[in-house]
Amino acid sequence: MLKILKYSFFDLIRSRWSYVYFLFYLTLGFVLLFLNNDVSKAVITLMNVIIVLIPLIGTIFGVMYYYNSREFTELLLAQPIKRSSIFMGQYFGVAGSLTLSLVLGLGIPFVLYGLLRSNAIFDFTLLLVTGAFLTFIFVGLSFVIAISNENKIKGFGYAVLLWLFLAVVYDGLFLMSLIVFEEYPLDTFSLVATMLNPIDLSRILILLKLDISALLGYTGAIFKKFFGTDLGFLVSMGILLLWTVMPILGLGHKAKRKDF
Amino acid sequence: MTITIKDLHKQFGKNQVLKGVDLTIDKGQIYAILGPNGSGKTTLIKSILGMVLPDKGHITVLDKPIKKQWKYRKQIDYLPQIANFPPNIKVKELIHMIKDLRNSPSAEKELIDLFGLGPFLDKKLSTLSGGTKQKVNIVLTFMFESPLLILDEPTTGLDPMALIRLKELIQREKAQGKTILITSHIMQFVEEMADKILYLLEGEIYFKGNIKELLEQTGAPDFEHAIAALTTTGSHA
Amino acid sequence: MGKPNNTNIKLKTPYHKYIPWVVLFLLCQGIWAKTWTICTTCEHSSIKQTIRLANAHDTLLIQKGTYREYEVVVDKPLVIKGVDYPIVDGEKKGEIFQIQSDGVTLDGLFIINVGVSYTKDNAAIRVIRSKDFRIQNMVLEQLFFGIYLEKSSHGKVYHNRIIGEAVDEYNSGNGIQLWYSSDIEVIKNHVQGTRDGIYLEFSDRITITENTSMDNLRYGLHFMFSNHDVYTQNTFENNGAGVAVMFSKFITMKDNTFRKNWGTAAYGMLLKEINDAEIVGNTFEENTIGINIEGSNRIEYTNNDFIANGWAIRVIGACYTNSFRGNNFLYNSFDISYNSKLNDNVFEGNFWSGYTGYDLDKDGIGDVPYRPVKLFSYVVNRTPETIVLLRSLFMDIIDFSERVSPVFTPDNLKDAQPLMKIRS
Repeated sequence: MLKILKYSFFDLIRSRWSYVYFLFYLTLGFVLLFLNNDVSKAVITLMNVIIVLIPLIGTIFGVMYYYNSREFTELLLAQPIKRSSIFMGQYFGVAGSLTLSLVLGLGIPFVLYGLLRSNAIFDFTLLLVTGAFLTFIFVGLSFVIAISNENKIKGFGYAVLLWLFLAVVYDGLFLMSLIVFEEYPLDTFSLVATMLNPIDLSRILILLKLDISALLGYTGAIFKKFFGTDLGFLVSMGILLLWTVMPILGLGHKAKRKDF
Repeated sequence: MTITIKDLHKQFGKNQVLKGVDLTIDKGQIYAILGPNGSGKTTLIKSILGMVLPDKGHITVLDKPIKKQWKYRKQIDYLPQIANFPPNIKVKELIHMIKDLRNSPSAEKELIDLFGLGPFLDKKLSTLSGGTKQKVNIVLTFMFESPLLILDEPTTGLDPMALIRLKELIQREKAQGKTILITSHIMQFVEEMADKILYLLEGEIYFKGNIKELLEQTGAPDFEHAIAALTTTGSHA
Repeated sequence: MGKPNNTNIKLKTPYHKYIPWVVLFLLCQGIWAKTWTICTTCEHSSIKQTIRLANAHDTLLIQKGTYREYEVVVDKPLVIKGVDYPIVDGEKKGEIFQIQSDGVTLDGLFIINVGVSYTKDNAAIRVIRSKDFRIQNMVLEQLFFGIYLEKSSHGKVYHNRIIGEAVDEYNSGNGIQLWYSSDIEVIKNHVQGTRDGIYLEFSDRITITENTSMDNLRYGLHFMFSNHDVYTQNTFENNGAGVAVMFSKFITMKDNTFRKNWGTAAYGMLLKEINDAEIVGNTFEENTIGINIEGSNRIEYTNNDFIANGWAIRVIGACYTNSFRGNNFLYNSFDISYNSKLNDNVFEGNFWSGYTGYDLDKDGIGDVPYRPVKLFSYVVNRTPETIVLLRSLFMDIIDFSERVSPVFTPDNLKDAQPLMKIRS
């Protein structure tokens, strides 16, 4: 697997798109920090970027890579290599190179700005960690979608729909159900609904840092326990990890049963 | 016996592609797998390679069952039908990479010279023409010393010179006692190379034997007509 | 106009005759005012008894040691001063010092173990109907009520440390309580772990300066029915519900810091039925709600900093003719929250970190108005659980469309002159 990972990874980091992605973050980081001169604001803007853009880019990149390397995958499948190794290797190659672009692209301007000495370092690290998680999750999901759909256009469509659903529609439905059922105790429901969407989950994880004062304004005891203690952070991280593992298992499962 | 296949079934959606194929492939011979489009040639090959998972049936390669195995592929060199390689890497790197992945001794230098690929080694694969890509594909397949060779449409895009080289190469491999499976649409090529013909029709082995037997059975004047005859009789039957 | 001048001169001349008498009087005072030394092994080992023996204007010096006494009544003007913080241990039996005379000074005592009662508000130090008192450098621990000023005036509570261990509201008392008192200065005290840090009821013209009130169960500072009070440069941190100013008029609040008051009903400051107040130069940082305003009118909010609060300002109920000028609103989850469609308050010339407008004429003022009320804040008011959707793309889209054409939020609620740069 490591060999495949290595080749996919190097193949990708030499591709034009990785540079575009890297330069995008680099520019974003520099603009936010050096034009605004305000770390707190930069962190808030970055959060919006991370929870919306990273899943989108992860999804599109994953699907694109999968379909573009289909023939190459077939070449590999005829080689004495375990099937799951091929897909895992490619998956980690894509997710890894995207994560590297993200970390370097944002990390360089922040380090140059002197973040290491500022106390925003924890918030910033959390942003990057969450971003990495989202990259792995959405590349994973897009691989699962791509491997389940021979038709490239269909697969692409499903992947973008999935992103649209999780990034926007889900929250709309979530909001509506909260308002419709407002007479009932909803704190367990809303926490569970949050956990079921990796984008919401990442958002909450960052909110725990940025907006804890607002989150603690709500009465529910479960909320209070969740947000008021380290429990929230640990549970969110745990579930995010679960979210990362699930597509990988799904990919392994699909890969084992697929004909090429 | 190099390969045995028993009662192989495979269905894609509603399309029953293989309907109980029984087959044995003996060592040291060249087999041509023929059949009309959609008769299951590629499916059969891919089943042997483990890329297609049969619904039912049993395959052994070199006397070992292949189900859920992957190490046996080390004994097979496969030339895929369409060679589409990662665009961003160079020919040299691709060769190096396949060598690295297979971890077996290889003789790529001689083959590179044979097909005149030297000037292309430092070029990215995306810049190569179809024929050159096919040459690279051939190099990747023939550079290892595996007892079983599977060639899916090996002649695609080759110029006459390269075709001659390929034929020589196949003969040489045969002389070394290797078993070779070929699919091709070029009947002349098949006639020239194959010891045995396997004719697949509607998911079953419709004919198995050498060219002489084929001609006798169909009563056709030459190989090409014999194949055509097989196809028509088959579809009427 | 000549006449009054004449009388003045006439009156002034006789004063000179009295000077020798005044000097003599003062000398006599000096001779008569005695200093009593109290220590555990001395002739005078009881504070109570020594007070009985002492005359007005005497000084009692209490040496280091532990004195197990309670209900010590000071009924004459005395200076009672501790040397190296002697401990007065009430053994949880009741109230400890009760001042019932004008001109009493308490200084440098370490008072512990006030008796907890469910019927009486026992205090470490209670001042009853007295003037010109001074309570300073005291340390109070394991208390019920700390310093309780009852119908007293013209005193000073200076530089005391009051450390409680309050757990429940029903069996804990307030750190410093003023009840029907006036003209008192409360300066540089440190109060923590009590029910209300500083509590004022019916107390006017009180000055509260440079105190720290933290980790109290309920409010760091609590005003009820008290007018014309001033509090400046105090720090209120991590109190159960922050600071509450209720049913009072003409209060001036300046340069205070309100930090980290987190919780369901926790505010930096709660204003209820407050009129004609000034709130200037305060810092509200990381509170669930910076200022919660209910039924308060004619208040000027000027040059305050609201930093990283859940809600910087939440307006509930009818609030009229308030003005917000020159404030900095930085990274609050919500800047302003309203629960009605009516707005009679003015927002002008504030800096909003969420402002995304431009300044083409380069006058430092944004060319497009800023609308500080998000639609989402209405949704959260209605269904609090929706707070988990904070900063989601969906909510941002909805907020954006509301901003473009307001339907639910008051149309005139906007800052037409938002600052481009933070007010420093």
